[in-house]
Amino acid sequence: MSSATPNAQSQEKAEGDDFEPKIIVFCCNWCSYAGADLAGVSRLQMPPHFRVIRVMCSARVDPEFVLRAFQKGVDGVLVAGCHPADCHYIGGNYRTRRRIALLRMLIQQFGFDPDRLRLEWISAGEGEKFQKTMVSFTKTIEEIGPSPMGGGD
Amino acid sequence: MAASDKTGAVMVVGGGISGLQSALDLADSGFKVYLVEKQPSIGGAMAQLDKTFPTNDCAMCIMAPKLVATGRHHNIELITNADIVKVDGQEGNFTVTGKQRALRVDASKCTGCGSCAQKCPIETTDEYNENTKVRKAIFVKYPQAVPLVYSIDQDKCIGCGICAEECKADAVDYDQKEKDFEIKVGSIIVSPGFDEFDPRLKAEYGYGVYQNVVSSIELERILSATGPHFGTVLRPSDGDIPEKIAFIQCVGSRDEKVGNEYCSGVCCMYSIKEAIIAKEHGGNIKPKIFFMDMRTFGKEFEEYYNRAKDEYGIEFVRSRVASVFEDPETKNLIVSYVEKGEPKEEEFGLVVLAVGLRPPEDAEALSKVMNFSLNDDGFCETGAFTPVSTSRPGVFVSGAFSSPKDIPMTVAEASGAAAKAASEISSARNTLVTKKEYPAETDVSEQEPRIGVFVCHCGINIGGVVNVPSVAEYAKSLPNVVYTEENLYTCSQDTQEKIKQMVKEHNLNRVVVASCTPRTHEPLFQNTIKEAGLNPYLFEMANIRDQCSWIHMHEPTAATKKSKDLVRMAVAKSRLLESLENLTIDVNQQALVVGGGAVGMVTALELAKQGVKVHLVEKEKELGGNLLKLHYLQSGDDPMEYVQSLAKEVTSDPNITTYIGKTIKDIDGYVGNFKTTLESGEEIEHGTVTLAVGGQEYKPDGEYLYGKNPGVMTLLEFKAKLKRGEAKGDSYVFIQCVGSREDGHPNCSRVCCAGTMTAAIKIKEKDPDAKVFVLYRDIRTYGFREKYYKEAAEKGVTFIRFDDDAKPVVEDKGGKIEVRVTDEDTDKEVVLTPDNLVLATGTRPSDGSEELAPMLKVPIMKEGFFLEAHMKLRPVDFATEGVYVAGLAHGPKFLDECIGQGLATVSRAMTVLSKTTLEAEGIVASLDETFCDGCGLCVPTCEYKALEIVPNEKEEGKKLVDVNVGLCKGCGACIGACPSGALTQKGFSDEQIVAMIDAALEETADKQEVKQ
Repeated sequence: MSSATPNAQSQEKAEGDDFEPKIIVFCCNWCSYAGADLAGVSRLQMPPHFRVIRVMCSARVDPEFVLRAFQKGVDGVLVAGCHPADCHYIGGNYRTRRRIALLRMLIQQFGFDPDRLRLEWISAGEGEKFQKTMVSFTKTIEEIGPSPMGGGD
Repeated sequence: MAASDKTGAVMVVGGGISGLQSALDLADSGFKVYLVEKQPSIGGAMAQLDKTFPTNDCAMCIMAPKLVATGRHHNIELITNADIVKVDGQEGNFTVTGKQRALRVDASKCTGCGSCAQKCPIETTDEYNENTKVRKAIFVKYPQAVPLVYSIDQDKCIGCGICAEECKADAVDYDQKEKDFEIKVGSIIVSPGFDEFDPRLKAEYGYGVYQNVVSSIELERILSATGPHFGTVLRPSDGDIPEKIAFIQCVGSRDEKVGNEYCSGVCCMYSIKEAIIAKEHGGNIKPKIFFMDMRTFGKEFEEYYNRAKDEYGIEFVRSRVASVFEDPETKNLIVSYVEKGEPKEEEFGLVVLAVGLRPPEDAEALSKVMNFSLNDDGFCETGAFTPVSTSRPGVFVSGAFSSPKDIPMTVAEASGAAAKAASEISSARNTLVTKKEYPAETDVSEQEPRIGVFVCHCGINIGGVVNVPSVAEYAKSLPNVVYTEENLYTCSQDTQEKIKQMVKEHNLNRVVVASCTPRTHEPLFQNTIKEAGLNPYLFEMANIRDQCSWIHMHEPTAATKKSKDLVRMAVAKSRLLESLENLTIDVNQQALVVGGGAVGMVTALELAKQGVKVHLVEKEKELGGNLLKLHYLQSGDDPMEYVQSLAKEVTSDPNITTYIGKTIKDIDGYVGNFKTTLESGEEIEHGTVTLAVGGQEYKPDGEYLYGKNPGVMTLLEFKAKLKRGEAKGDSYVFIQCVGSREDGHPNCSRVCCAGTMTAAIKIKEKDPDAKVFVLYRDIRTYGFREKYYKEAAEKGVTFIRFDDDAKPVVEDKGGKIEVRVTDEDTDKEVVLTPDNLVLATGTRPSDGSEELAPMLKVPIMKEGFFLEAHMKLRPVDFATEGVYVAGLAHGPKFLDECIGQGLATVSRAMTVLSKTTLEAEGIVASLDETFCDGCGLCVPTCEYKALEIVPNEKEEGKKLVDVNVGLCKGCGACIGACPSGALTQKGFSDEQIVAMIDAALEETADKQEVKQ
């Protein structure tokens, strides 16, 4: 399995000096949050730097939430919703797609790397996709480095 | 209510998607339900599927909410691992005796944490994964299983005792005994599903001999993200990704040699689906499907087939495969087949056998115990007008047990069976259901938050990784937290009592539990605090197991830190939580049925039987609809006799008011509160609407000389002539797919093939020497209808296949009809000069659907049929609550299927009409009127049409948005669109989510210490 989990030892070492990104993940209740749970049930290991906030639908992710997180120093924001056509609320995820595309442009104008904001479709059956997404997003954020607002931990 | 002599409970036997739907409908309309399942968990076959056609929805994603709702329902009792032994009594009052096999785990103690299975030393093959994976001897069928209770596989367990030792909840009970039960119910529904055909019986395909020959259900598990390779398509022999995959259709279907003459009806579609998904998973995989007739007859199915060919490049070969041999070196497989008379061979890396559906193994035993009849093929026998009734009164059937069928038809039948089961015992509604009483709620709105935090060890699931005592200690330091506690299992029964006690002792007005996932456990804790007098929305969870300890097992420090963060975030939100009220909506308990054809009449009668006042509107001058034009049914039943008896019943039923020859001018309102105005001026108030507006036969515009030569007619026109003995001459040509499966009307009309067989057989019965030719593209006599195809062929009907791009040419030669067609098999042109040319034309929506749709805010598809809420699991519902669709208005289908859908709408409508008030969602959008300027940006974001711009009554000339809580589903999509912050979502308000964001990014106390 392609788990990129640092082992406990390196983790302990990393604490205190190396960059530990702060990541917020918005998950919709029906697909992505369930996918994250399934990753747990399947014991898929992944980096521990993200914190999940559950919303009923990815379309509930108000642009204000994303901007607020960046203002408060988050290093990356991931929004995860149902796959196109799978949305529990019929078409909420299509709105999310448009909003995130615009927000990426907006945060760039504020001086943030647009890759600090990502949208992913993760279904309730895709525990492994959740894991891979967290591994790759964490890596992306680590490469971009701490937020200009003073991110990291 | 007058005392009833019937029992107000129903037993549903079989807990697949069918049983779940029946159980939920009945329990939501005032009946106690006992759901009996022979396996330890409910879910059935659908729970094994990766995706579902034609939308490629993830099966578990759409099914899990129904599983959870069933498991939690106050009036559904699950009896798993159980068999029925005896059924005494008669309709209205049955006594069912059964046996529940020992799980060897105490279900009331098991928390489903899974520690036992982690440590169990015995590995065995996993049936859920079709033996592509292993499981332990103590196991749960699948991760999302309901009930989430482990059980011991008695054949595999060695009794080592490790699980018992490991279980901190003390749930393992090796000495548990089988339990007998005896239950009184008024009706019974059987929905045991189906078994797959054993492909070993087709020895020529090498299943069980060659490793790389797999069954379609095995491939389903291989494709699944929860399968053996996390969704990567790897072949069994060497774990390589196969470059070429062959799908062989009709394995165990349409095959006299193995005794199954019927068509299984679902395999064409599931093979296309599996081929598409395999290709999506591995871009270089080249699937090829070997088939006899491509039977993509359902709604949107043909377009799915077209996309598979055109967009995914999946190859289709029309041929029955003769044999499969393995190359012993490479383990590749050589497939031998004949295409257009020419023998061919081709090598594949993996061969998939599309196995057919068989009656379940215990079908015969069940039929004996319950005393109902099976048909010749071993499925449950039903009638053309009674699709969900068994031969025993009071016992109903749904799903694949009565004939092979797909999920949407199964779900519709499940609701239909629930309607029939309820009708019989309608007088006993609400006699056995219980309503839970709760203490009066404390008003906490003026109180300072006093938060209690309960941190769970979950045995060692959390505690083994996360330092739970330090998390609990940390929680104490958070503002407004006045009490914290650690629990071994926060979800156990004794902890619930403890929580209630602590709420009282410490005057807690908010509760936070840090444990597993709110998806499964929030309702339990919400119920607990409700019992302690708190509003259930004053509860918040921190998921420190599934999304922390389990995914950071080797990083205890980081996981502990994360747990503290998650608790801090939950507490931050909790501080801002408010009591929410589930608003109630009054319900007008009358129904409107639009359309007085067979479906509309069946629907009205069944609603009336359940005591509902029904208003039936028919625009034509008489009741009957299309059935008045249908002169034959394949079953031999007389449609005219049926429709006349229905009409008589309808007009004499005191609960039904008919409005014949009348049309609807407008419908206004929402679930429970509709108001309909007829063109004639009458006004009707009602709580639900069923659209049974039917469809119509397509009349070609001059194609194939239609309307130009009197010998050319549509199938229905021809049948009328045949019935009246007016058909001239002795030669007949049928052309199939006229106005179907072509540009503008890409989908199949489903009924024309079997309709043609009926007509062809009738001709041959009257005149065995008649010359009958059927020109076709694919013969789609699915299910048991295959026998009519066979019968027609046996009676001497000639079938000529033409290529999709080479339609027959019809010319008028001095008044005589000449048909020229190229036979695809021989590539030779055939010239026919029939006396009668019959066009099997497609089904079109009825006129007027387009005017009705906007009145009810329901969608119409491009072909003009109504689009249901969900193609798979909500086949007769709309997203707009209280509005339902059945019959041809939904899409082309046979009479028995139409009736099944009509009955389904009754069951769905009764979940509304059986109540005087409906409870709206608690988590809904709400408006602060002072900030709304009525810009309307939010309106198009609402998929449920719950938002409407109305005049602001307080300010002249201004507007504002009105939120209809009866329609709002609480997704929150509108809130992000509101530019002025006037809209908010209760339970997920901006302030609450922002508080969580801020808390997540806060510098924590221990972190500050480090920095200092």
